[in-house]
Amino acid sequence: MTDSTGGDGHDPSRRDFLYVAAGGLGAVGAAGFVWPLVNQMNPSRDVLALSSIEVDLSGIEVGQSITVSWRGKPVFIRRRTEKEIADARAVPMDVLPDPEGDEARVQKAEWLIMVGVCTHLGCVPLGQQGEYNGWFCPCHGSHYDTSGRIRKGPAPLNLVVPKYVYLDDNSVKIG
Amino acid sequence: MSGHSSFQSNNAIVKWIEYRLPIFSFVNEALVVYPTPKNLNYWWNMGSLAGVMLVVQIITGVVLGMHYTPHTDLAFASTEHIMRDVNYGWLLRYMHANGGSMFFAVVYIHIFRGMYYGSYKAPRELLWWLGIIIFILMMATAFMGYVLPWGQMSFWGATVITNLFSAVPILGETIVTWLWGGFSVDQPTLNRFFSLHYLLPFVIFAVVFLHLWALHVHKSNNPLGIDIKGPQDTIPFHPYYTVKDLYGMGIFGIIFAWLLFFAPNLLGEPDNYIPANPLVTPRHIVPEWYFLPFYAILRAVPDKLFGVIAMFASLLILFVLPWLDTSKVRSARFRPVYKMLFWAFLIDCLVLGYIGGQPAEGIFVVVGRLGTALYFLFFLSLPFIGWFERPRKLPESIAKAVLESQGGSDGGSSGGGGGAPDGAAAKAEDRG
Amino acid sequence: MRRFILIAAVAALFVSPMSPAALASSDAEHPKEVEWHHSGPFGTFDRAAVQRGLQVYREVCSSCHGLKYIAFRNLLEIGLSEDQVKTIAAEYTVMDGPNDDGEMFEREGKLFDYMPAPFANEKEARASNNGSMPPDLSLMVKARKGGENYLYSLLTGYMEEPDGVTMAEGMAYNAYFHGHQIAMTPPIDDETVEYADGTKNSKEQIAHDVVSFLAWTAEPTLEARKRLGVKVILYLIVLTLVLYGVKRKVWAKLH
Repeated sequence: MTDSTGGDGHDPSRRDFLYVAAGGLGAVGAAGFVWPLVNQMNPSRDVLALSSIEVDLSGIEVGQSITVSWRGKPVFIRRRTEKEIADARAVPMDVLPDPEGDEARVQKAEWLIMVGVCTHLGCVPLGQQGEYNGWFCPCHGSHYDTSGRIRKGPAPLNLVVPKYVYLDDNSVKIG
Repeated sequence: MSGHSSFQSNNAIVKWIEYRLPIFSFVNEALVVYPTPKNLNYWWNMGSLAGVMLVVQIITGVVLGMHYTPHTDLAFASTEHIMRDVNYGWLLRYMHANGGSMFFAVVYIHIFRGMYYGSYKAPRELLWWLGIIIFILMMATAFMGYVLPWGQMSFWGATVITNLFSAVPILGETIVTWLWGGFSVDQPTLNRFFSLHYLLPFVIFAVVFLHLWALHVHKSNNPLGIDIKGPQDTIPFHPYYTVKDLYGMGIFGIIFAWLLFFAPNLLGEPDNYIPANPLVTPRHIVPEWYFLPFYAILRAVPDKLFGVIAMFASLLILFVLPWLDTSKVRSARFRPVYKMLFWAFLIDCLVLGYIGGQPAEGIFVVVGRLGTALYFLFFLSLPFIGWFERPRKLPESIAKAVLESQGGSDGGSSGGGGGAPDGAAAKAEDRG
Repeated sequence: MRRFILIAAVAALFVSPMSPAALASSDAEHPKEVEWHHSGPFGTFDRAAVQRGLQVYREVCSSCHGLKYIAFRNLLEIGLSEDQVKTIAAEYTVMDGPNDDGEMFEREGKLFDYMPAPFANEKEARASNNGSMPPDLSLMVKARKGGENYLYSLLTGYMEEPDGVTMAEGMAYNAYFHGHQIAMTPPIDDETVEYADGTKNSKEQIAHDVVSFLAWTAEPTLEARKRLGVKVILYLIVLTLVLYGVKRKVWAKLH
């Protein structure tokens, strides 16, 4: 490391360029190192691969519900009665905190499929309870109607409807 | 570390914090104005590199801990899960596994540097002790970490190393059972090793803090091994050594990256990709490379108890090194006899490392025993060498030595007179 | 710079004794040196070879050896289309359940399923294989000294036992196996499989293909690793050069 060339301690532009380059490169490197550390907490590939389930609907009678597990969360599948459907559809939009028509929440009126997680703080609401005969969350008292829409209590939004498709009349694929 | 302070700031927030918690002046004292000998060579880069590796190991380790499961049925599978499914999991695991090797490599060079330049001598004995404690903690941490993937080498390494304690008279079996939490290496062993492997790096971190504290009391040793006599002997740590350390980290990073990306299993054992099987021992058990010299010493003694004693003694003898070495001169540069012995010792350690990786048979046993004898002979000869050795004349001061070497090698510097200390450093390393 | 060469040399000295000669005491022959598309810093998997290797695995190896860390979805990475992989998966039956009646049931394999094991457990595997346990192949390339070369040599290394060697019941002689007596009878020969792409189905070709496939199963992230590695090292070289420049500038001030 002899000092044969470029030992020009009095060239400010080159010095500045070097400092900026070093700082910039260092910042890029640090960001590059941090990204894997952040990204490793995102869902891993095997978790993503399990992100859809198929459910057989054939055994569910009118007025019955089942709860299936999808991505670690409960999904409510309810075969609604005529009355429940009628109740849900009779509600005027202006009384809803999160206005959404019942028709927009179901693909077939009979089958209500939604994620059973209260939109307040994540508890699982109880079925066929509460002031609207839909769901009632025991944690902080949110009431949902027969379409799973929030009617009363601290929850801000309706119960979430996941993506799903009917594979045939008797089975549905969620996710 | 920060009694009087040269730190000044006009920033109101900085002043507000500084008044309550003088952290800015602390950092200023420790890393900015900290007076450092002018003549440190590149062997003095290893300390900061070791610090960086400790941080890298802690960060990658904590992250791996988010995906790893310390259960005999799941440990191996969760490791493969990290390798295959976790985002960048392969990168993090290989970084952690090879990072351990790089950490040890850097620390070994750091230790040998300390031995060559007499950094363990008064008044730095405690600094040296703290370093050995860090080294021993590192070995414990590395050993337990190697068990976690629960491959064949993990399992049998754990079995063999914990069985070392069975050599203890009377209490041996009791101790081993206690270590295992059962009658063989099994679920309780794995679980506690995971817990301790997570804990110990933070203990190391604390000891590193003490190590630095002790360092900053009497400042760094230097290639000449003479004391700092005044401000003309030192330069501020920043920017001179911060930038030199960063440059060294760049070179180190290239070596590390090559290993990590292009030969990640070079230092590993294929057997550890076979899940642990308590009923079948691999044909050839070897510890990780950084344990091999000690492993060679263990096997060199044909008696269980004395083999274990020899192995621990080879490590613990480092504690008394400052008192075994009776010479007043620190740097081997001025100690012709010690310098020869040092190189012989270094080669002996490498030979022992090689022997530790070979099967214990034939010529390897003979060489292993000879190497072990030489290992201890080195330490035991030190008191006598300090006695009869005639050291070369020491320079008056660091500043003077630097100026002299500049005159010789760097007369042509012009204008701003660049690169002078570089010249000094280069000169210094001719012997390093 | 010289001092760093020194440092590197010392580091290399430290490192070199640690690759222990495990084969030192073994009587097995040293594996053949074989070319692999995926070796070297820029190596990538030969997709066609890996796909042929999958075929070899399915038609030959899979009757005894599992591949438990490979899910069908992983096969998308070796250049097969989603439809192709779904078809492959559907050819396997997977145990699922319990269903609403509390019973386990069989169904077709799906993308997220893992390759079903050939035997229910180790006892069954041993019972069906003359007391030997055919190991899982997922990690085989990384789990044997010599890696790909060793597996290739083993698969092509069967021969008549030399005079004076007494073979144990049901064992085959293999020049590359430790102890020479291996419980796996020669699994492949010329024309053991029929390749759709017209590749010559010699014993060597089949062995090379299946080992290419197993190299992929052992480390599916190999390509990502090498790609990132090239970038990181280039970056570090540039950064280090700049830092070297900064270092010289800073130290030039000292006077």
